[in-house]
Amino acid sequence: MDHHSIYISLLANTVKAGTILLFPTIGEIFAERAGILNLGVEGMMLIGAFIGFIVAYTTKDPYLGFFAGTIAGGIASLIHAFISITLRGSQIVSGLALTIFGGGFTTFYGQKWINMTLNNTLPTVKLPILSKIPYIGPIFFSQDLIVYLSYITVLVMWFILYKTTMGLNLRAVGENAKAANAMGISVYRVRYMWTFFGGLLAGAGGAYLTTSYAPFWLDGITAGRGWIAIALVIFAMWDPLKALFGAYLFGGINALQFQLQASGTTIPSAILNMLPYIGTFIVITISSIIVKTRHVRPPKELGIPYIREEK
Amino acid sequence: MKKLFMLFLAVVIVSFGFSYTTYAKQDKIKVAFLYIGPHNDGGWSQAHDEGRIYLQKHLPYVITSYSESVPEGAPCEKVVRDYIHKGYKVIFGTSFGFMNCLYNVAKDYPDVVFEHCSGYKTRKNMGTYFGRMYQVDYLAGLVAGMMTKSNYIGFVAPFPIPEVVREIDSFTIGAREVNPKVTVHVIWTNSWFNPVKERSAAETFIANGADIIVSGCDSPASIEAAKKAGIYAIAYDRDIHNMFPKTVLTSRAWNWGVYYVKVLKEVHDGTWKSEKYWGGLETGIVKLGKFGETVPEKVKAYVLKREKEIKEGKFKVFEGPIYDQHGKLMVKKGQELPDKDKLSLQWFVKGVVGSIPH
Repeated sequence: MDHHSIYISLLANTVKAGTILLFPTIGEIFAERAGILNLGVEGMMLIGAFIGFIVAYTTKDPYLGFFAGTIAGGIASLIHAFISITLRGSQIVSGLALTIFGGGFTTFYGQKWINMTLNNTLPTVKLPILSKIPYIGPIFFSQDLIVYLSYITVLVMWFILYKTTMGLNLRAVGENAKAANAMGISVYRVRYMWTFFGGLLAGAGGAYLTTSYAPFWLDGITAGRGWIAIALVIFAMWDPLKALFGAYLFGGINALQFQLQASGTTIPSAILNMLPYIGTFIVITISSIIVKTRHVRPPKELGIPYIREEK
Repeated sequence: MKKLFMLFLAVVIVSFGFSYTTYAKQDKIKVAFLYIGPHNDGGWSQAHDEGRIYLQKHLPYVITSYSESVPEGAPCEKVVRDYIHKGYKVIFGTSFGFMNCLYNVAKDYPDVVFEHCSGYKTRKNMGTYFGRMYQVDYLAGLVAGMMTKSNYIGFVAPFPIPEVVREIDSFTIGAREVNPKVTVHVIWTNSWFNPVKERSAAETFIANGADIIVSGCDSPASIEAAKKAGIYAIAYDRDIHNMFPKTVLTSRAWNWGVYYVKVLKEVHDGTWKSEKYWGGLETGIVKLGKFGETVPEKVKAYVLKREKEIKEGKFKVFEGPIYDQHGKLMVKKGQELPDKDKLSLQWFVKGVVGSIPH
């Protein structure tokens, strides 16, 4: 096989691996924009991955599985929303608890699903015309429908964030909840909504993992991808378009660790396995420096509970 | 009166003793198995569980039980001690990681028989057992060498330990015996059971032009990737020909049942002794699985001839000349790599593309 086709299939794989990270990253960006830090992404992804898998397995319909996993992630996020918005509890503790809960829940109920394999994974749908474009076509437009859905999600969410009143309200709530409230925006409603949205997308990332990329069930199958997504939010500087690049970069690092080994590298495999996590360190360091110099900063009231009575 | 009482006592004692001995004879030997993964993991632990069922079927005087997904270390010791308190007399620890656990417990229960798979520590009441899987790997290599067209074979490997290096080396020796153009590429997943990584590794090989994927790990994920891509695969742990009749060329399968029956017969007869057992093809503990539908008769005949020669001791896999991957002569012509070097093997033979971290 010639080098071109190797790289094309590697990059196509990169897009697939990146999509798993892209959904949760977008979701977390919007939750954080509304002022809610949700460290439960890993837990919500696991729940989405598990529910997505068992629904796809029992109904033999991967789309239904993906949909169910997405909803399951959303429902799980309501636990965090209730604790951090209604009860005004610590968002850090609540988010961590959600991650631990997701791991425990899926391990417990996942026992009998271990090693079952999904035969009906998401089918590849080549887009007419677009898939014929050299290089771009086979990489970006010869994927499954959910990958295309992720492109649309990025564009639509970018538009909503910067070009609509809804986005303006969202940003206002994350920057200054009191002022937003004075403007007549319901802070609780906005925060609930976007936390739920973040959960849906975390669930979607998990469900995409088990209905396409890794169609089987295994304890902790997300392997820290939820945490990488949280790091990517900082890398993306809370911007959906930059999240796309971040997610694909990490998808590429993942594919690279196997490619280097297959080509007979002398770098120890344990180091290669660490690449995505080392990458996280590097990315966070670089983006922290950029954040400092370019005056980009997290939403001002990120992680701060809002109390309406205090006027 | 006193005499009568003594007679009564004697009758009681004798009958008690008698009933006791008959009870002992009827009593079955309780045997416990520890699995590192789920009993239905589709790979390693399932192969042992099939051995347990085989044992149960063949010897009427045993009762078997198992614990699955047993963690190594302290929790393992508790599981074993619980079994012993319930009267279990034979304990099989079926993963390398149970070695120290069994070794510690065995010290406290000299009348219980311990059997540990793939380790090196033994006691008077604790033996180790393993099979010469490298012989089967070599045979599978012959099949792969004759079936590949791209001459690129991908080996999805778990850990860079001697056991696995031995598998890759013997496989490559087989493949290159019949096809010197073959290269065998290695990706380490650093895990025995991680379907996600196994699948990613297989997909990477496929992208690079592999037309045969060899699984050295315990899940069928890489075989499924091969099936999806429409190429061949060689399975490990169990004969899964029936699941993938077109994809799987052959399987390198464990057949633990024959060994479990051997041990229990010896325990029953009182002839069991602790040993370091490393059985080859001739014992049946390892075997080559069914050939895939597309394997031609000519290939089968060649492989079966070699299998016969190995069983009869006429052919040795690690017989020189053997060169390492950099071309250095490691085993001279006419010599065979001794068992102790096989057990600590840490170099790749010529034709392997990959590296062993030191």
